[in-house]
Amino acid sequence: MESRNIDTGASVFKSLDWVTIILYLLLVTMGAISIYAASYDFDNASLFDLKEFSGKQIMWIGLSLVLGMVILLLDYRLYKIYAYPIYGVVALLLLITIFASQNIKGSHSWLVFGPVSLQPAEFGKFATALALAKLFDSYNFSLNAKISNYFRALIIIFIPIILILLQNETGSALVYISFIFVLYREGMSGLVLFSILCAITFFVVAVKFTEVSIIGLPVGEFSVFVMILLIYSMMLLFYCKDLIIARNVIGGFIISGIVVAILAACGVNVNGLAYFLSILGIAIIYTILAMFHHPISKFLISISFAIVSVLFLFSVNYVFGNVLQPHQQLRIKVALGIEENLMGAGYNVNQSKIAIGSGGLTGKGFLNGTQTKLKYVPEQHTDFIFCTIGEEEGFVGASTVLILYLALILRLIHIAERQRSPFERVYAYCVISILIFHVAINVGMVMGLCPVIGIPLPFFSYGGSSLWGFTILLFILLRLDASRKERRD
Amino acid sequence: MRKDYKLEKRKYVIGGFITLIVIIYLFRLFSLQVGDDKYKESAESNAFIKRVIYPARGLMYDRNGKLVVFNKPAYDVMIIPKDVKDFDTVALCSALEITRDELMEKWEEMKNPRKNPGYSAYTPQKLISHLSQENYGRLQEKLYLFPGFFIQKRTVREYSYHTAGNVLGNIREVSATDIENDRYYRRGDYTGDLGIEKSYENALRGSKGVEILMKDALGRIKGRYEDGIHDVAPKSGHNLTLSLDIELQEYGEKLMHGKIGAIVAIEPSTGEILCLVSSPSYDPSLLVGKERGKNYGLLTQDHYKPLYDRALQGAYPPGSTFKPTQGLIFLQEGIVNLSTMYPCYHGYVNGLRVGCHGHASPISLKPALQTSCNAYFCWGFKNMMDKRGTKTANQFEKWKNYLVEMGYGYRLGVDLPSENRGFLPNAEYYNKRKGGKWSGNSIISVSIGQGEVLATPLQIANLCATIANRGYFYTPHIVKEIADSVIDPKYKEKRKPHIKKQYYEDVAEGMRMAVLGGTCRGANLPGIEVCGKTGTAQNPHGKDHSAFIGFAPYHNPKIAVAVYVENAGFGAAYGVPIGSLIIEKYLNGEISPARKGIEERMLTSNTIISSGVKKH
Repeated sequence: MESRNIDTGASVFKSLDWVTIILYLLLVTMGAISIYAASYDFDNASLFDLKEFSGKQIMWIGLSLVLGMVILLLDYRLYKIYAYPIYGVVALLLLITIFASQNIKGSHSWLVFGPVSLQPAEFGKFATALALAKLFDSYNFSLNAKISNYFRALIIIFIPIILILLQNETGSALVYISFIFVLYREGMSGLVLFSILCAITFFVVAVKFTEVSIIGLPVGEFSVFVMILLIYSMMLLFYCKDLIIARNVIGGFIISGIVVAILAACGVNVNGLAYFLSILGIAIIYTILAMFHHPISKFLISISFAIVSVLFLFSVNYVFGNVLQPHQQLRIKVALGIEENLMGAGYNVNQSKIAIGSGGLTGKGFLNGTQTKLKYVPEQHTDFIFCTIGEEEGFVGASTVLILYLALILRLIHIAERQRSPFERVYAYCVISILIFHVAINVGMVMGLCPVIGIPLPFFSYGGSSLWGFTILLFILLRLDASRKERRD
Repeated sequence: MRKDYKLEKRKYVIGGFITLIVIIYLFRLFSLQVGDDKYKESAESNAFIKRVIYPARGLMYDRNGKLVVFNKPAYDVMIIPKDVKDFDTVALCSALEITRDELMEKWEEMKNPRKNPGYSAYTPQKLISHLSQENYGRLQEKLYLFPGFFIQKRTVREYSYHTAGNVLGNIREVSATDIENDRYYRRGDYTGDLGIEKSYENALRGSKGVEILMKDALGRIKGRYEDGIHDVAPKSGHNLTLSLDIELQEYGEKLMHGKIGAIVAIEPSTGEILCLVSSPSYDPSLLVGKERGKNYGLLTQDHYKPLYDRALQGAYPPGSTFKPTQGLIFLQEGIVNLSTMYPCYHGYVNGLRVGCHGHASPISLKPALQTSCNAYFCWGFKNMMDKRGTKTANQFEKWKNYLVEMGYGYRLGVDLPSENRGFLPNAEYYNKRKGGKWSGNSIISVSIGQGEVLATPLQIANLCATIANRGYFYTPHIVKEIADSVIDPKYKEKRKPHIKKQYYEDVAEGMRMAVLGGTCRGANLPGIEVCGKTGTAQNPHGKDHSAFIGFAPYHNPKIAVAVYVENAGFGAAYGVPIGSLIIEKYLNGEISPARKGIEERMLTSNTIISSGVKKH
């Protein structure tokens, strides 16, 4: 009883994870400074425009800290008790937003209350995380116990996805895909995670690179085939652990590859599709003949992986090329950031690469960046904020930021694993998954490695809703973590 | 407490995954920032100002080497938004003689991405165009007060003659659409609008040059970068020599004053257009500089549509100017020979009646052309359509194909924008319109250039040129030469309808007879053997259109002309005198004293008022 009384008081701060707090404060501070830099010169250059993004951001950081404090002072049990109601309310809010919002650049995701506008999608993340945690916390719940458990988890994840897709915010909806990591951590087969990652990669690569062709195949398809061969070899080597079969297959791939490359270089017309299909077919037949000396199931999985991958590639091409109308293809390409859309995503990426690239090792110095100014790269202060760091602070600054994110995520994994009950652990992994997705996609797109999906860099990008959303997400975790010792699970 | 240690190991997979991604990203960062100088160079270029040097737009000369279109300087106020510091708006406004609101409006317009897709705070942007000479001087003096501002010298068009607005076209500032469609353009650039300026835009515009200047941290120019070795010199546009005779054009516009219609004159041996008058005409210098917008609006709203080029865009019933084509087709098809006679009882009477005027009957082809006998051509047409052993639809298609070869029904391919194709019906058209029940008789009026047939004055003139050539033509064109380049080879290709030269000779003789003793007597010039054919076209708008085609001299013709005056009555009333004056002016350079009276009458008469037609 005593401990419970103290719980809401000063003891929270004793058991609070200060490492995370410090990382958080570092990131938001650097974010505010970058926003100041990104909009600095613009204010001077502009005659009649007095928007100050950095000023507003500082106000939002202040409010976030207040919000964080409130979260820390509330009883940790509230989050578990009200997990489903909170989820329900936020889902309702997302639904209302579809109809009540104003159309901003085709997106229906903003609720406007006088001078304040909110993007409810940002609050969907912590609500979904709570609901998912609550589900896994049910008595004797085990993901693999029965198939309906997967359905229950997927329903919780997909309701917000659909609602956000209806708001025309593809980027924010895609974030929820990252919950696959949570399912993985809680028992979903690693093969599923691996297959999903492969499927996404194959899809994006096959659809994105269709221009140039290598030995009669578009670059994208060619790369996917190479990946399939590579993964098949690796599976034989590391998953089936059969060195002899793996050696022979890999050797065959390499030798035939060299032959084909030489033939192509000499100007012989090589049919790439026939080559890949036949070499893969030969490898599979060889594997089947050779595998009978070993436990078979792992070989069968490897073989079916290869076959399913090829079928997947064909069906992607078929569906994309024959079933979908050109405007639907374009919409998918624009949504994935593959096509340079009319607002100029391609222009942004090129400019942001120039900005980052011009930073050099140590950068041009604070406020001395010439490239990273508002209006030069549109969205400079929001989705493309990372290139301000890249230009002004150089490789040193940008890699510091990346390492801070890595440290934060690894710290959160550590926190997740020290929890004693599934609720806290699952919630923690939700936070981790969301952060991984945001950081990987945002930084990847700024450097031209990922499709341009308009999602913010956590704690960094300008915007109240995004900052508050991430703050709530993180501070609930900190609050749960602070009480881990008092729980009598 | 459940804790699955096997699953706990999965933290290493998740942790490993993000660590791997961060490592990949660190490599990428390193290669972008430290490994590759390319991006550094791109960024450094911002420390320089790239100032565009505009090329001189190509000049235009007429066929006699007279300078028609040239350039004069104009001044635009440009800014580099990033370099603009707080400045004294009152001083700027007073130097430019504009109000603060106007300045703000221009400023917003410049920054509006819809109006100015190429906006960037780092590149020169046009703020205000077309400064007057005094404002330019005043601003130039005070320019040091306004960092980030500079003045860009541009050129606009100037015209030596106040004529041929429809042919020459004009230039305008590029629109947002132009900028999106062609990456060459930036806001404030000019592009051709209408006429030759539009169709020869790529030849005329040349290519822009770049001058690289260094600037210091305050944005002040510190001279040329490495003495200009990286500069790119602008390339002037190609000069054009037009086939137009600018004085003939001017004369034609004067003759058409107070009338609505067109004159097209072609040099038959080359297809070169000597004049292309559309009336009412306008002075091309109205569409230059600051006043362009206002004047353009006025011209657009004008009741008589001066911007509508009737010579190319007007589709008119060709009337009797169409009869030579019928004679040619009948001869080629063997429907008639020179001695075939058809009766004319003051018209074609065969279940229906097409009226005609008094002349001898029966009549053969040459006199029929001479007197413009409707009945003759109706009979010929009927006999062709109803020829025994053929289907009317097939005969009609044959008839139509000859006309297509002669240049009717499709665009001729003149090197000017927005040519109309006119209209020729085909058999299918009549099947639809008349439910399959039609015969030569029921569509008889097309044989005398009435009914469904429509042609542009250019097509009509082209027929005349073909007859003058006795059976071939070159696609009419307005540009004779492009300096340091060549014109489209299609203008050097002979186009030949499948009709014997001899038949053209016969038709030409008929047209000569029309001038000597037929409907075109008014075109009988002393010392010049003119051939002609009048046309009086009925139309639903009111009084008949007055038309004329003619060429001269009879042997080895130098000019073929078509005149079309809307709602002006008989062909002999306006078509013949105007056409003959054009021929005389072109061949003799002046009008003989005996014909001064006719000239005076044409220069001063007004058919717009007398026609009583209000709608155009």
